[in-house]
Amino acid sequence: MTSTTESSPAAAQKPEIGKARLRKEDAHLITGRSRFTDNMVLPGMLHLAMVRSPFAHAKITGINVTAAKSSPGVLAVLTGADVAQEQGSLPNAWPVTPDQKAPAHPSIAVDEVAFAGEVVAVIIARSVAAARDAVELVDVDYEELPVVLDLEEAFTDQVLAHSTLDSNKSATWIFDSAEAGTGTSIADALANSEVVVERTLYQQRVIPAFMEPRSIVVDPTGEQLTMWSSTQIPHILRLMLALTLGIPESKVRVIAPDVGGGFGGKLQVTPEEIITVLAARRSGKPCKFTETRSESLQVGHHGRAQVQRLKISATKEGIVTGLSVNLLADMGAYLGLITSGIPILGAFMYNSIYKFPAYRFECNNIFTNKPWTDAYRGAGRPEATFAIERMMDELATELGMDPLELRAKNWIRHDEFPFTTVAGLEYDTGNYEAATDKAIALFDYDGMRDEQKRRRENNDPVQLGIGISTFTEMCGLAPSRVLGSLNYAAGGWEHAQVRVLPTGTIEVVTGSSAHGQGHETAWSQLVADRLGVPFENIQVLHGDTAISQRGLDTYGSRSLSVGGMAVLAAADKVIEKARVIAAHMMEASEGDLEFANGSFTVKGTEQSTTLGEIAFAAFSAHNMPEGVEPNLDSEATFDPVNFSYPHGTHLAAIEVDTETGHVNVLKYVCVDDIGVVVNPVLVEGQVHGGLAQGISQALYEEAVYDDAGTLVSGSFVDYLVPGAPDLPHYITDRTETPATSNQLGAKGVGEAGTIASTPAIVNGVLDALRHLGVKDIKMPCTPSRVWHALEEAKTTGGMQ
Amino acid sequence: MIPSAFDYAAPSTVEEVLAMLAAAESAGDEVKLLAGGQSLLPVMKLRMADPALVIDLGKISELVGVSEQEDTLLIGAMTPHHEIATNALLAKHLPLLHKAAATVADPQVRHRGTFGGALVHADPAGDMPAPVLATGATFILAGPRGERRVEASDFFQGYFTTAVADDEILTHIQVPKFTGWGAHYEKFTRVAQQWSIVAVAAMVKIEDGTFTRARLGLTNMASTPLRATAVEQALVGSNATLESITAACSLAAEGTEPASDLNGDSTYRKHLSTVLAKRAVLAAAGL
Repeated sequence: MTSTTESSPAAAQKPEIGKARLRKEDAHLITGRSRFTDNMVLPGMLHLAMVRSPFAHAKITGINVTAAKSSPGVLAVLTGADVAQEQGSLPNAWPVTPDQKAPAHPSIAVDEVAFAGEVVAVIIARSVAAARDAVELVDVDYEELPVVLDLEEAFTDQVLAHSTLDSNKSATWIFDSAEAGTGTSIADALANSEVVVERTLYQQRVIPAFMEPRSIVVDPTGEQLTMWSSTQIPHILRLMLALTLGIPESKVRVIAPDVGGGFGGKLQVTPEEIITVLAARRSGKPCKFTETRSESLQVGHHGRAQVQRLKISATKEGIVTGLSVNLLADMGAYLGLITSGIPILGAFMYNSIYKFPAYRFECNNIFTNKPWTDAYRGAGRPEATFAIERMMDELATELGMDPLELRAKNWIRHDEFPFTTVAGLEYDTGNYEAATDKAIALFDYDGMRDEQKRRRENNDPVQLGIGISTFTEMCGLAPSRVLGSLNYAAGGWEHAQVRVLPTGTIEVVTGSSAHGQGHETAWSQLVADRLGVPFENIQVLHGDTAISQRGLDTYGSRSLSVGGMAVLAAADKVIEKARVIAAHMMEASEGDLEFANGSFTVKGTEQSTTLGEIAFAAFSAHNMPEGVEPNLDSEATFDPVNFSYPHGTHLAAIEVDTETGHVNVLKYVCVDDIGVVVNPVLVEGQVHGGLAQGISQALYEEAVYDDAGTLVSGSFVDYLVPGAPDLPHYITDRTETPATSNQLGAKGVGEAGTIASTPAIVNGVLDALRHLGVKDIKMPCTPSRVWHALEEAKTTGGMQ
Repeated sequence: MIPSAFDYAAPSTVEEVLAMLAAAESAGDEVKLLAGGQSLLPVMKLRMADPALVIDLGKISELVGVSEQEDTLLIGAMTPHHEIATNALLAKHLPLLHKAAATVADPQVRHRGTFGGALVHADPAGDMPAPVLATGATFILAGPRGERRVEASDFFQGYFTTAVADDEILTHIQVPKFTGWGAHYEKFTRVAQQWSIVAVAAMVKIEDGTFTRARLGLTNMASTPLRATAVEQALVGSNATLESITAACSLAAEGTEPASDLNGDSTYRKHLSTVLAKRAVLAAAGL
């Protein structure tokens, strides 16, 4: 069941905003007319295959490529030594502290490999098969080095992940509310509070597992070097290719054609992208590299991977007095594009929707001999939300209080907004009471508690738990000045162009880069309303730096609340320019013109002219007003003044089969407040997908390594991602509290489901089993782990 | 995901296959027989197997289909899982195989993958070996010395290893009829699309509220499928009640040493086998 709230009165007059339109982009995707990067075939194109290290940490003592070079169809084999002078070091755009340490990050390892799967050579051949055959003929001599895989062990520096560094510690980043002046001292709160709960929680390493494996084609034959890549970030990639390889930026064009999902996993500048450029430059021919699914799971960047040491203090009445967070964050072997900043994005979210007087956050970024971590749907915020929502449940248990009541005692009331949090953010709007009330009603909270009681009393083999997650997140990345204050290298604005063509159809160029979200549909709806033109007459262009010259791409639920605002601003500029031309055409004063339904009308007359007519007048330019350029184009850049803060309440009824340990999500209710909705179909899709990924972290997914650092869960046989039969029928609903940081009141929805659902599931599992003595279960809560936790609780008599 | 180069042949008779196997053996070439390809092709694409010759059995029509004999059904090795799961003869006389086949992977795999291919592949987590073992079927092999018949209890010899020699192929499986028996295959997975962590195949006959016959097979409790003989013995003669079934099925793991992997350790699998055996027998008994 899905119900949606009434759209706001303002939206009601605008037929497109709020309308459940089907996606424009689906027709070509579902009829096989898609153009993914791997579909690209260029004349004379060569194919690459990577030779990867089987060892997680080793010195490269020799590489013999003779046999591979003479293999049929092979043109060349490049090693790290061959390209050492030109390959540069892969970029890290977020040095979180001035003294951050990081190893050099060559695309092809030169002297040392630091994770299994690192590229040590590349085969350039006439066919994929020839390239693949030659991989096995490259003879690499390795001298194995000790590996460090466990985060807590790495923190001790007993074994070093890199022989070139004297510590595994990359950086230590601290926020203290007393020092920042945003709150009181955490030491005092912990020392003086009636109740202190201390827990260590684990965020397992997960793999983004997007559907389309990454693929790259580079054509070096024109004036510009053109790269097609399955990327979320064509603009950032272009800049980084220029900086890393020393190519003038004007000589680089990046195209992200159809892209099959990313979830943050394609927010990266990859070794394979650099290597494909090097190969194309060397050979002078177009080159293609498409990773296999095995490679995608093995070396595409991973997410999460944190140890969270938490202390929360409160009064006996359940008023929280302070929160202390001490993180170990697994960087993996290198720093990718924003690896180091991911846990810092979470730093502002541990206090979540609550009014905590004291807060301290400390994060140690640690190297291990695993692939590097980086953005994965939510990026820092799911980790934070998981921690605080688990801790609120633990505190409620300690206090013998209903976990919803504890949350309500501590959250920011709707009449307290705008509210500056203990982490220093200003939340503009929100209504946690309304979302929670709606969720409780849809869930039948009291009825579910009665059923839970009944099953406990009957000693039912299938126990019931209620999982609660109330959350907020910072979206709409991001105000550029805030990013600057956090040492991030770039800004957070977005760019758009609106062009009215002489025939009256509209081109909208956006700098955000869709890879499944539905921008073409949503942007068409925005512009249709603003310009009063039919939805069908709007063409949205994106994902090509030659067409969309400026942009900062798509991640962090930023597209609508930042990119959409740039589109609206550009549309407004078109109207203003059209007004000048229309006044000239109709010999009226601009002040006498009214704009509605795509036409300017002279007030009190029948005289009017359409945008199309004005565009044609501008095109022919026979009679333009003085000083007005002959076109009806505009562009705009929008830099938000604040983040947006979606929030919501998620309730999960969790059945646990105590005989097998199997977990079943019986009922899932989510009420999200994402502000004003442009298209409920797109929102529903984002919520469903987000919930699936969050539930999956709780129950299914984990990147598991053996003692040598080899990925054991290296295929979908062992790395479990759920399918439709494994997920519940979601009950979704919304409340609508518009954001004030943008003119539309939109907040963002790309990550909400993922952020909220993981703690809802785990809290539910524990709520089902706590009365049997189970205190904690590490994610993913596999049947085996659940059963062992029950067995252990039996032997300890249900006491810790 | 590109296999090493290999030669490909698609003969239309068993005799031709045997001749090719003999020739390859004398040349020292590795050969793989391609049935439905649902296990072989992934393994070749991952280059965990790189045969010199792949012999496709897909054109040998005599290996496909189910026929009724007096007390048995004769099932061609190349009969797809989908046929096993939908065939009326199987539904009537071999409900266990009928039900187990419906749990194999997904519809696409069930249409391509074959009954005989799954048995010869002998994956300990595969769903067909344990039910077939429980039926006490006879495996009919063709080889250079003519036909050879192997009992199910001798067929599965270890991880991915069976009694089929390099110069032989499995042509048919002859399975006794179990008309009128209750049957169920209880499979446990973490997600719908997954190999069995443990599964239990059960066939029972009940007369006047008492178990008179019981045959149980265990999936993924060892390197080969196993019979749960202790449970079978405990069931026969006992009442078809929850209590006696639970007691009998608590013996399911007796004598087993299952492996530990990402889905569960040996201890968990042993426990799981008792729960799943209970559920399988309850369902087979219609309780």
